[in-house]
Amino acid sequence: MTLADLAPGDTAKLAEIDTRDPGVIRLMILGMVEDITVRMENIAIGGDPLEVGFFGSSVSLRKEQARRFKVTRITTGD
Amino acid sequence: MIEAKEVKIPLSGIGIRHKARASIALVGNPNAGKSTLFNRLTGLRQTTANFPGVTVEKHQGTVQLTNNALSLIDLPGIYSLDGNSVDERIAVDVTLGRVTGTQRPSGLLVVIDATHIYQGLYLLEQLLELQLPTMVALTMIDAATANGISIDTTALQIALGGIPIYPVSSITGHGLEELKAGLENITAISTPAIPASWPELSETAQQLSEQLGADWQRIDVIQALLQTHPGFEGKLGQLLGSDTVASLRLRLFGDAPPPAVEARHRYQWVKGVIGNVQEQAPLYTKIGARILRWTNQPWPATALFFAVLLLVFQAVFTWATPMMDAIDRISSGLASWIVTHIGDSAFSSFLADGVIAGVGSVIIFLPQILILFLFIIILEDTGYLARTSFLMDRVMRTVGLSGQSVIPMLSSFACAVPSIMATRVIPDRRDRIATILAAPFMTCSARLPIYALLIAAFVPNQYVGWFNLQGLVLFGLYLMGILGGLGTALLLKSSALKGPKPHFMLALPEFRVPNIQTVAFKLFDRGRIFLKRAGTVIFVVAILVWTLAYFPRMDTTHYVPVTVATDSIDQSVTNNARSAAQMEQSWLGRIGRTIEPVFKPLGWDWRVSSAVVAGFPAREVVVAVMGTIYAVGSDADDQRLSEKLRAAKWPDGKLIFTLPMVLGLLVFYAWCLQCAATLATIRRETNSLRWPLFAWTYMTTIGYVGALIVYQVGSLF
Repeated sequence: MTLADLAPGDTAKLAEIDTRDPGVIRLMILGMVEDITVRMENIAIGGDPLEVGFFGSSVSLRKEQARRFKVTRITTGD
Repeated sequence: MIEAKEVKIPLSGIGIRHKARASIALVGNPNAGKSTLFNRLTGLRQTTANFPGVTVEKHQGTVQLTNNALSLIDLPGIYSLDGNSVDERIAVDVTLGRVTGTQRPSGLLVVIDATHIYQGLYLLEQLLELQLPTMVALTMIDAATANGISIDTTALQIALGGIPIYPVSSITGHGLEELKAGLENITAISTPAIPASWPELSETAQQLSEQLGADWQRIDVIQALLQTHPGFEGKLGQLLGSDTVASLRLRLFGDAPPPAVEARHRYQWVKGVIGNVQEQAPLYTKIGARILRWTNQPWPATALFFAVLLLVFQAVFTWATPMMDAIDRISSGLASWIVTHIGDSAFSSFLADGVIAGVGSVIIFLPQILILFLFIIILEDTGYLARTSFLMDRVMRTVGLSGQSVIPMLSSFACAVPSIMATRVIPDRRDRIATILAAPFMTCSARLPIYALLIAAFVPNQYVGWFNLQGLVLFGLYLMGILGGLGTALLLKSSALKGPKPHFMLALPEFRVPNIQTVAFKLFDRGRIFLKRAGTVIFVVAILVWTLAYFPRMDTTHYVPVTVATDSIDQSVTNNARSAAQMEQSWLGRIGRTIEPVFKPLGWDWRVSSAVVAGFPAREVVVAVMGTIYAVGSDADDQRLSEKLRAAKWPDGKLIFTLPMVLGLLVFYAWCLQCAATLATIRRETNSLRWPLFAWTYMTTIGYVGALIVYQVGSLF
């Protein structure tokens, strides 16, 4: 399961990250590294881009990069 | 909320201004409240950023302390020292003292947003490698408390190796005095300890920096190893041999990209620190927060976006009317007072028709411009503008750009100049240039006077359902600008600027209640800029145009006396005819006639043509020029410019301002690039002559062709 598969409101733990995509590295610099808990905040109309929250911050990213983050789901959305 | 304390200043302290001794860089994440703190500390007025990437210029100011003063440099917000965009590179280069002509700052004031301490500590950790005296200002402390976050500053200070931390609230001013007292001795603070987040890198960097000598600071070695600075990277390879560097890298990073490894190590450490110092209550429990979350969801947010846009255009027309009427009464009253008291002379015509009619016809739009800016500033300061880039990413993708181009394009509704500078946050050069060329299409505030004048004169002020027709036409013109911009981006991104699909990632700020003081400051600033232009550029043009229109004086002896019964002629008709005849043979009339053939196919007579040509350096000048031309060319001073336009006729008696002609003129102004300041900014930002020349030719051509088609097709019916 990847970050792109989460539904709004789901929380998950980031597992393995594929760092071959330069866009993914930018996201890691914003704090999306292994073992942190994220929450899928919003999905834009048309399914892309996504808004992910962690440690009080919100970051917007595209599905293409979200697929590079493997996740373990913790809870499903409200 | 904590009220600002009353501060008693000792008599001896008044009037003493110290000279800045050392320079301190203000560094922090975008949107961390840096600019507000900067304003608070230096007292300098400047625009502040409320969403990532707007403070682009290097702002410098002096902080007056009790015993000395410091020079403070405000830098664009950054997340790391990697320098991914132009904007980030500027901040990094200044912080690291790599900009020629500037020295490495003698100390750092790192601004950390208490609600975003996670990313703030990451940047701080990288900055500690600089080994400069460092202090932390922990901002938004009240927002953190309101969000259920409590931070143990003592524990944080211990975790950070003892560097001074000052919780402040830039809004209430709480904690500022303590921060200032701390700044007094900033250069005397001992260099900070390096956090134990990545011992291997630290040791390697220390060792190499000692081995390579004074030219190599720790941070230079680190950036060379991490491959985040091409200059140092190349030099390190030459000095140590590429094999040695490769094996060092393999040991430190394995086969992963170095910045990814860096992020893993440093955030691991950050998480440890946060775990010790921060307690977070569950968020979104309050009803207000729930509403906000709901409006952030895609459909409500999109609906809200269009509702807000429509409200803005309605407000621009309906709210401004009373104030505009007042200004109009004052200026026409002044003009007729001058004529009655000074008499009908060249001097009174100069004041009434040149200065008052010219400058006054532009100043009358001040209320509308202020209303527009009030909305834009509030949208900016609530963080809503940044939110739209998330909503609009999908749309931007269809033209080959990303949501990151949305903020520059939306801020173009105010003015293209700062918006072109705001494109510096866009990492890819091709995407950036495409955005720069699309931005001038957006309806800027200088187009508003022209639109408002023509719409008020020729679009009936009636309601279509709930909506004012004039507001709807204005909305349509804004849409045309948007379509022109997006079309241009699409054209360029599929031809000259073809490149890989852009990434889109952006930290989204949460909703914030705008600070009234900041909003008022920005609004005041905007009004000042507008009036300054009216008082300088437009004033000069109005005088020039008046001179050209008033001279040479018509030789009245050429008039053939006609004997008619005097009571059968309306006096004003003959006066108007004489004014028009004077205008025809004036210098302006002669110049206008020469250029008239170029614009005749668009239905413009020589008066409109010369006004448009005069408007090339700054488009709002066109209104001033028309104001002067029609004031000199008509005898009635008490008429509004719009009434004079409605009455303007060709020599054969047909009306000049017909509906197809007005619509064509509006299309011309929606697309044409009549702004020297924008051209100069494009030149500076693209560092080439090619792009401004292209932009000017391209936009003028499509403006002309658009107006031609509208007029010719419209005249068929």
